[in-house]
Amino acid sequence: MRVLNSDESRTGTIMTRGRETICRALDIHKTYWRGKVAVQALRGVTLEIRTNDYISIMGASGSGKSTLIHILSCLDTPTKGEYFLEDKLVSSYTDMELANARNMFFGFVFQSFSLLPRLTAIDNVALPLVYAGVKKRDRNQRSAEILEKIGLGDRINHRPNEMSGGECQRVAIARALVNTPKVIFADEPTGNLDSKTGSEIMDIFDRIVEEGNTVVMVTHDSNVASHAKRIVRLKDGLIDGE
Amino acid sequence: MVNDILNKISLSVQTFRTHRLRSFLTALGIIIGVSTVIAILSLIEGLNRSVAEQIQSIGSDLVFLSKSPIVMAGPQNIEEIANRPDLTPDDALAISELPSVEIAIPDISQRLNKLKYRDKEIANVRIRGTTEKFSSVNNRFIESGRDFTKDDVTHRRSLCAIGSYVAKNLFPDESPVGKELNVRGHRIKIIGVYREKGAFLGQSMDNMLVIPYTFYEKVYPSRGESVFERAFFGYSIDIKPKKGQVERVTDEVRELMRRRHRLPFDKKDDFELGTQQMLMEIYQNITRVGFIAIVAIAAISLVVGGIGIMNIMLVSVAERTREIGIRKAVGASNQNILSQFLVESVFLALIGGVIGIMLGLLLAWLISVVSPLKASVSFWMVLLGFGFSAAVGIFFGIYPARRAAGLNPIEALRYE
Ligand SMILES: Nc1ncnc2c1ncn2[C@@H]1O[C@H](COP(=O)(O)OP(=O)(O)OP(=O)(O)O)[C@@H](O)[C@H]1O
Ligand SMILES: [Mg+2]
Repeated sequence: MRVLNSDESRTGTIMTRGRETICRALDIHKTYWRGKVAVQALRGVTLEIRTNDYISIMGASGSGKSTLIHILSCLDTPTKGEYFLEDKLVSSYTDMELANARNMFFGFVFQSFSLLPRLTAIDNVALPLVYAGVKKRDRNQRSAEILEKIGLGDRINHRPNEMSGGECQRVAIARALVNTPKVIFADEPTGNLDSKTGSEIMDIFDRIVEEGNTVVMVTHDSNVASHAKRIVRLKDGLIDGE
Repeated sequence: MVNDILNKISLSVQTFRTHRLRSFLTALGIIIGVSTVIAILSLIEGLNRSVAEQIQSIGSDLVFLSKSPIVMAGPQNIEEIANRPDLTPDDALAISELPSVEIAIPDISQRLNKLKYRDKEIANVRIRGTTEKFSSVNNRFIESGRDFTKDDVTHRRSLCAIGSYVAKNLFPDESPVGKELNVRGHRIKIIGVYREKGAFLGQSMDNMLVIPYTFYEKVYPSRGESVFERAFFGYSIDIKPKKGQVERVTDEVRELMRRRHRLPFDKKDDFELGTQQMLMEIYQNITRVGFIAIVAIAAISLVVGGIGIMNIMLVSVAERTREIGIRKAVGASNQNILSQFLVESVFLALIGGVIGIMLGLLLAWLISVVSPLKASVSFWMVLLGFGFSAAVGIFFGIYPARRAAGLNPIEALRYE
């Protein structure tokens, strides 16, 4: 609550007035057990994500950045603390509801591109729509549109091993966008790319945010972080400042 | 929903395509299991059908009275059987007087090693001594010539009627009626030919020669005195009950025979009574043993096949851990993953099943082409093949599928 108050007093007045809160994480802890040794990856993080936020999470390696956005995106669950999605408590979610949240609420872009190697670009992009129960024709149409928009209109039927790293990452972004999620998370999306390709990817994220989307991104790179409107710094599992 | 399943099937097809050989080898157990079952079931079914037909064609409600058991079930004291009183044509006469009996005839037979006519020769002909009522008791029909008369029997005429097998093989190009056969020095004139009856339990029922029992006693004046001959070579009596009276016939005949043999009430019967129903049951018991053996073989090979499938599915889950992580990350629920892997293992098992069914049918067909066994395929066998392989797919697929479904998405994504 402490952090939330100071957080609100700062960002609330300056840039988030009138914007609704999508996610609210309160005092999130995550402890991993390596045998009998406890690793406290998160030690009480409180954070809010509002519509059209563009947040960069920075911090040293091992500070808990990935752990945090995995929990925020419902890929993982906290050991302690409360996490609300539009005022619903996530810890009360069933497996089905969690899967649904990952499907409808969030898109995720990983550092390594995480496409299914056997599927073509368009089928990879359409994957979330498969689980959303969208009909094949609509799936293909929407996926094609998004690939077109992201500049891969001519790569629709290519498989991941027939594309460059930058192209794969763009396919991954298209996949994260296709089901019109409320928040798009990205864990070091430029980490595996050279700087030129990386900045192309960042341009895409900038454009996504301009169009009204919400993006939360983990990065090491302060150049990359500077694209964001909000920078959250993590240190040893705690928020060290914004 | 249908859409969803189609999706998963097409995914399974893809996996199948990428691992063609592996999938085939995995399905091999099921292929072998299902094909054996189908082949043998259809052979048993074919056998059953022809036996049932044959038993019906014999006449479905005959009662047999004999000195020795119709089928030796377990160890029997042959000495005891040999010492029983012989059955006689007089017994048949007395039985035919019973109120529930329509006809009763004496029936005695031997195998002739050889029967010749000019340059033609056949082996193992059954020579049967009986009365003019033989045809009506056994549902026989004379196709050419005439049947016996009462006179033929009382006058011990040396006449015979022959089965179609004898007619075809000894008289391929001429009518046998009026010709004479030579049996143990007796010249026997052929008066008629029976219509073909086919085989019973693999034995031709048309390889026979029927003569009056009075004349039979001239051909075989003594039966032989060895224990075996005394036990098994003698008269038996074929009884045709009046309509719906089979039960009563056995009771009445038992009572009459005990009286005629002067058996005190505390002694066991010294004769055997059997019905066609019993014959059928004995036969069915025999096939049931075969059936159980098949089921056991099938079960074993299906379990082996199933374990193969489980194994390969576990490998597949491990290989595709990352894929599972990605799918979960974009919104696949545990349920989605579970059913995807389950559809895949069922698909694999069904491919085995389909190949097995086709192979089994082919096998049954081949066997019925090259051997006298007849196969009869019914739809339920095909369904059974499908059902079994699907069940194996589900049963042995569930564990790997649950393992896949239970994976934590983050750990799965990190997996290399
Ligand atoms: N599955 C796990 N089991 C045990 N410890 C873990 C696990 N995942 C993460 N950790 C530990 O938790 C801490 C935080 O990890 P996390 O991946 O969140 O760091 P990070 O900030 O993303 O680092 P990086 O910049 O290197 O990606 C680290 O000390 C890490 O070793
Ligand atoms: Mg990380």
